[in-house]
Amino acid sequence: MNHDKQMIRVLIAKVGLDGHDRGVKIVARCLRDAGMDVIYTGLHRSPEEVVTAAVQEDVDVLGVSLLSGAHMTIFPALLKLLRERKAEDIIVLGGGVMPDEDVVKLKEMGVKEVLLQDTPPEQIVTTVRRLVAERGPR
Amino acid sequence: MAAVVPSLELVDRVCAGEINAIARLLTRAEAGSAECRPALDEIYRRAGRAHVVGITGVPGSGKSTLVARLAREIRASGRKVAIVAIDPSSPFTGGSILGDRIRMNDLAGDPGIFVRSMATRGALGGLARGTLEAVDILDAAGFDMVIVETVGVGQDEVDIVRASHTTVVMSAPGLGDDIQAIKAGVLEIADIHVVSKCDRPDANKTLIDLKAMLIMGLALARVPGWKVPVLATSSARGEGVAELFDAIVRHRAALEAEGGIDMRRRMIAERRLLKAAEGIIADRFEQHRGGRIADLLGNVMGRQTSPYAAAVELLNEIGMED
Repeated sequence: MNHDKQMIRVLIAKVGLDGHDRGVKIVARCLRDAGMDVIYTGLHRSPEEVVTAAVQEDVDVLGVSLLSGAHMTIFPALLKLLRERKAEDIIVLGGGVMPDEDVVKLKEMGVKEVLLQDTPPEQIVTTVRRLVAERGPR
Repeated sequence: MAAVVPSLELVDRVCAGEINAIARLLTRAEAGSAECRPALDEIYRRAGRAHVVGITGVPGSGKSTLVARLAREIRASGRKVAIVAIDPSSPFTGGSILGDRIRMNDLAGDPGIFVRSMATRGALGGLARGTLEAVDILDAAGFDMVIVETVGVGQDEVDIVRASHTTVVMSAPGLGDDIQAIKAGVLEIADIHVVSKCDRPDANKTLIDLKAMLIMGLALARVPGWKVPVLATSSARGEGVAELFDAIVRHRAALEAEGGIDMRRRMIAERRLLKAAEGIIADRFEQHRGGRIADLLGNVMGRQTSPYAAAVELLNEIGMED
């Protein structure tokens, strides 16, 4: 087992009033099978809870799944909290169902990538690896 | 992007309790990188104040849920608490899903509580590689109590007792009879026994079996002046948590009063020295398996040299190295 290599750590979260967690569990499983450490925090979390967990866990990637339509409220809140906690080096990744024009705006705000509902599992894995490689060591 | 901060520069920030620095050093300690060794050496010298509490038990016995309840009780006493929660890695891909935090989310608003998840990375014994260093870091960071929640264990994973001052073993109702309770192994290492889910009707049977086991073993008390209690908890009803916290504090006091604490510290030190040496050998082995020890390996494979004799040569080889 490769214990000298730093593992990619990913926190996967569902935020707010959104009870649809089948997709997020599949994503967690894909990343696990790609050899990553995946921390899953469960349903109905607040942005504060998620950011606190991400900072304490020192994750490389914070992946937030939203199917509730609240993405234009929740992502800005997450990004603001990450800045306040001096954790801008955590890569924010969005997933779920959201309109294309919102995806453009989210990326302008600082969400690194948005993976919509029809993204194949391999693409999720390669995206996470690519974003972590682009960020470089920290 | 941003410059990489050397681990040694993180040490002062860790000791000042800075969350981001603690989190980053934990990551490096877990990865076991050579770069962070001197920093961890310094951390070790500065640690040693925290009360380290190990919580172990079978999978699904309710460890995470109880730890979350216990953390709140500890906070109510004014102490700062850190939790290291361990879950298994996949033996096939090395990946993991760390889900202990699901039960601990309502702790997030309190800066006096720090929770960190770790994966076992193939380590046996209930702890993860880097767990002991993680405890040092959290200790040096000023947490009064550090709780280590082991991976769900079976009957023989007893590493936790060599890492903690107080070991709590959790049993859940309905998992075995009185013969399970007199077997050797995990049940023997408890300083405190907890039977969880005591809102369930069959919990009394488990309580009785454990108490009977302890009466049989009375003559073997590991800590003078300490009678191992069997506590009933129900996280669903919030029962028994205050009693558990009280027992943990009393156990530490008993250790201090009877000189048991030095025995524990010696045991932990011995264990850690041995573990560290094992780690160094394993690393050197990996480093040189294709090189200077390849001949040695070939001899073992060809049955010219026994593994034992070759190991003695291997140690000489490593000893001469630097």
